[in-house]
Amino acid sequence: MTESYLIRGVRVVGAAPTDLLLRDGVVAEAGHGLTAPGATVVDADGLVALPGLVDLHTHLREPGREDAETVESGSRAAALGGYTAVCAMANTSPVADTAGVVEQVWRLGREAGLVDVQPIGAVTVGLAGEHLAELGAMASSAARVRIFSDDGHCVADPRLMRRALEYVKAFDGIIAQHAEEPRLTVGAQMHEGEVATRLGLTGWPAVAEEAIIARDVLLTEHVGSRLHVCHVSTAGSVEVLRHAKARGVRVTAEVTPHHLLLTDELVAGRAVLGTPELAGTWRPTTSYDPVFKVNPPLRTASDVAALRQALVDGIIDVVATDHAPHALEDKECEWAYARPGMLGLETALSVLLAVVGERWDLIAERMSRTPARIAGLTEHGRDPAPGVPANLTLVDPAARRTVDPGELASRSRNTPYAGMTLPGRVVATFLRGEPTVLDGKAVK
Amino acid sequence: MAYPQAAQPQPVPPPSVKVILTSAELARMVDRIAHQILEKTQGAADTVLLGIPTRGAPLARRLAARISAFEGIEAPVGVLDITLYRDDLRRHAVRAVGPTEVPRGGIDGKRVILVDDVLFSGRTVRAALDALNDLGRPSSVQLAVLVDRGHRELPIRADYVGKNIPTALSESVKVTLAETDGSDEVRLIAGRAQS
Amino acid sequence: MKHLLSGADLDAATATLILDTAAEMANVAGREVKKLPALRGRTVVNLFYEDSTRTRISFEAAAKRLSADVINFSAKGSSVSKGESLKDTALTLQAMGADAVVVRHPASGAPHRLANWVDGSVINAGDGIHEHPTQALLDAYTMRSRLGRIAGLHVAVVGDVLHSRVARSNVLLLATLGAKVTLVGPPTLIPVDIGTALAPGTEVSYDLDAVLPTADVVMMLRVQRERMDDSYFPSAREYARRYGLDGPRMRRLPDHAIVMHPGPMNRGMEIAPEVADSPRSTIVEQVTNGVSVRMAVLYLLLGGLT
Repeated sequence: MTESYLIRGVRVVGAAPTDLLLRDGVVAEAGHGLTAPGATVVDADGLVALPGLVDLHTHLREPGREDAETVESGSRAAALGGYTAVCAMANTSPVADTAGVVEQVWRLGREAGLVDVQPIGAVTVGLAGEHLAELGAMASSAARVRIFSDDGHCVADPRLMRRALEYVKAFDGIIAQHAEEPRLTVGAQMHEGEVATRLGLTGWPAVAEEAIIARDVLLTEHVGSRLHVCHVSTAGSVEVLRHAKARGVRVTAEVTPHHLLLTDELVAGRAVLGTPELAGTWRPTTSYDPVFKVNPPLRTASDVAALRQALVDGIIDVVATDHAPHALEDKECEWAYARPGMLGLETALSVLLAVVGERWDLIAERMSRTPARIAGLTEHGRDPAPGVPANLTLVDPAARRTVDPGELASRSRNTPYAGMTLPGRVVATFLRGEPTVLDGKAVK
Repeated sequence: MAYPQAAQPQPVPPPSVKVILTSAELARMVDRIAHQILEKTQGAADTVLLGIPTRGAPLARRLAARISAFEGIEAPVGVLDITLYRDDLRRHAVRAVGPTEVPRGGIDGKRVILVDDVLFSGRTVRAALDALNDLGRPSSVQLAVLVDRGHRELPIRADYVGKNIPTALSESVKVTLAETDGSDEVRLIAGRAQS
Repeated sequence: MKHLLSGADLDAATATLILDTAAEMANVAGREVKKLPALRGRTVVNLFYEDSTRTRISFEAAAKRLSADVINFSAKGSSVSKGESLKDTALTLQAMGADAVVVRHPASGAPHRLANWVDGSVINAGDGIHEHPTQALLDAYTMRSRLGRIAGLHVAVVGDVLHSRVARSNVLLLATLGAKVTLVGPPTLIPVDIGTALAPGTEVSYDLDAVLPTADVVMMLRVQRERMDDSYFPSAREYARRYGLDGPRMRRLPDHAIVMHPGPMNRGMEIAPEVADSPRSTIVEQVTNGVSVRMAVLYLLLGGLT
């Protein structure tokens, strides 16, 4: 018999305060003045309950780079960030391109028991972009893979992309594309624009993303499949998606927290943010700091503004972290030699609060309900209510915290927000009625 | 990010200031040194005057002008910047390098007279001797100063002295010249040590 | 000024001070003893991750003329080739007591990174396709000594601007010193936003012949033949025909105009031998001036209290 929890005075998705009783893995009761003898009482005065967050885009690095992150450390970081489920990207070593590897990741996630880890399978063998991986075998494995992605690499060959989109229709799969035309990004180091010109870094042009999205939505329409676009980063991509959605193409898109806040000026050491007041006295310590190197790259302030609007409008469906832990030596080096990627799980919700404010329904939609639906995670993404699986997180919107890389649960330290003061704090997270985070600390 | 330019005159004198040489007295001293040079160098033959910036440079030109006025002899005049030879470079913010102008004809085999305003520790003259050594090989080197205030830290003495002024270490001697400061005067300033 | 990483680090007063100091340093070259004691006891490390004998030798001569101890740390035959990180190398140099590190590196921004990890001064001797500030200073010095001024000059910088650290540093410094710059080359090799990115007022032209009659200075950039493999231009022959400086083109210049090249030259590609060897060419002077300018930079960074 598991413990039960009585959460007192919580505002469910920002509504008026109520009590929630969690028992046997579900929300047993909801209402005012609940009593439950023997239940652990959680005082949630002033806190907001959200359905447990779901991340469509997480790099857990295991197997292969356990020095940067493990399924367990990444799961803990996720729980602390308010997540109850994460989708683990396939670019591990070995690549998650077989039933064996995806089952291993899935099993490690179960053993850690902090969030549900849903593996994403590779589209092509070894992410090489040449031959389809055994997508069906991964779909029917214990991991029940439903999203496939070569993330980190683009499925650039149009014929291969077409085949992948067609093939996954048999098991209601979805291709999550890393949209980057590789011939247009040879040697690319950062967003192609004024800052890149000034810093002498080879540009990653917006059109390299937009051209692939345009091609892929047309292919998706042509074969009647489903496409998910990873980490959309440009205003032009938003326009392509708007057009595709208006045509009824079954395409969904995600944006990362960092593309909603950070700009390419940070690479030059200038604190230009999508929310200028957030910068305050904060600024990058140095120029060329690879903590700001990410793929797709940080774009301009006008791209950031377009992405924010698209998120509100629903042209972009989901906020996904692209949590990408990297070992110190892969970031403490020359910009060109650094690996791209940023930590995201433990700061995503705070960044969203900084970007859209306390629009709780919007946050629940973009960070929980929609990603759960895309990933087919039926136990997640449901607002706390009687009979619903008790996957939820409690947020203190009044809290402020200054990001200290040393305090993060991730094994890596590559957060771009070090020293920045962000709104909101995750106080507790429950996975099937069991706390994974209490009082802002991981339970295990 | 600003580098100090060549030493600027103090615009406002500190409280305790005593004028020890007036403009007229200063001019008499330049005349006397010019006469002494003519005497000691057999009419300034093969003699080159090298002023040490900042105020040694106009002093050297004045001496040459007086020598010319007295005897009609044109002694070559130059400027020897000693910044890069100073032994206290690392104790101060970086100093601007001034021009060094060696007169046509050079200094090899010549009698070089170094000219400066105040002789104090002797370190400036030491630096000037080093700088001279890298420029060429004079037959001999002499030193002319307007004021010798004592407190030598090196075995150096002047061949021509306008005036010996005993000072305390806490005092400083300030020479102003029309060319660099707008007027001629020598002042004794109490309260803080400087060369 | 602690480091010299970019032409943007220099305001007009500091740049002018460097040029004036360089003029004094230049006198040393004509003396019997070509040495000054100003940096006695200082250690200058030349940290070169790319082969560039001419730049390394220039810095080495400059440091030695100022009596500094020079340590050459080349990427080849050192622990660098065994994969030691820049940071670990920096800590090694730190432990060796380097007062200044002169760094040449294929990665843009590497000197900026290095500056975080060493206590001494860092001098950028060329980083990737970013900057080469001492080259811009020696170019400015050369213009000033040939033409008597920099403010008001019209300088045409011709060639592969996109991949040129020399161009970036020159655009920044020349704007600071009041010259007008026109960047000339095929559109594939000139970033469209370079004016706004570096210095407003910088002009761009794709027509060399139209620019020459008003140019006081033509600075030809080295163009690597390999660029044509990436389709930046169709062939070396077409490039030379459209953007190479040959005799007839040189004669379109005003009489006083000078021709500069940072070297090494591709004779017959961006510059014809007739031009390179003409009296207008300052190519050899630029090398000489390089030593004086680098002496000035080293002295101003290391010559005082640090």
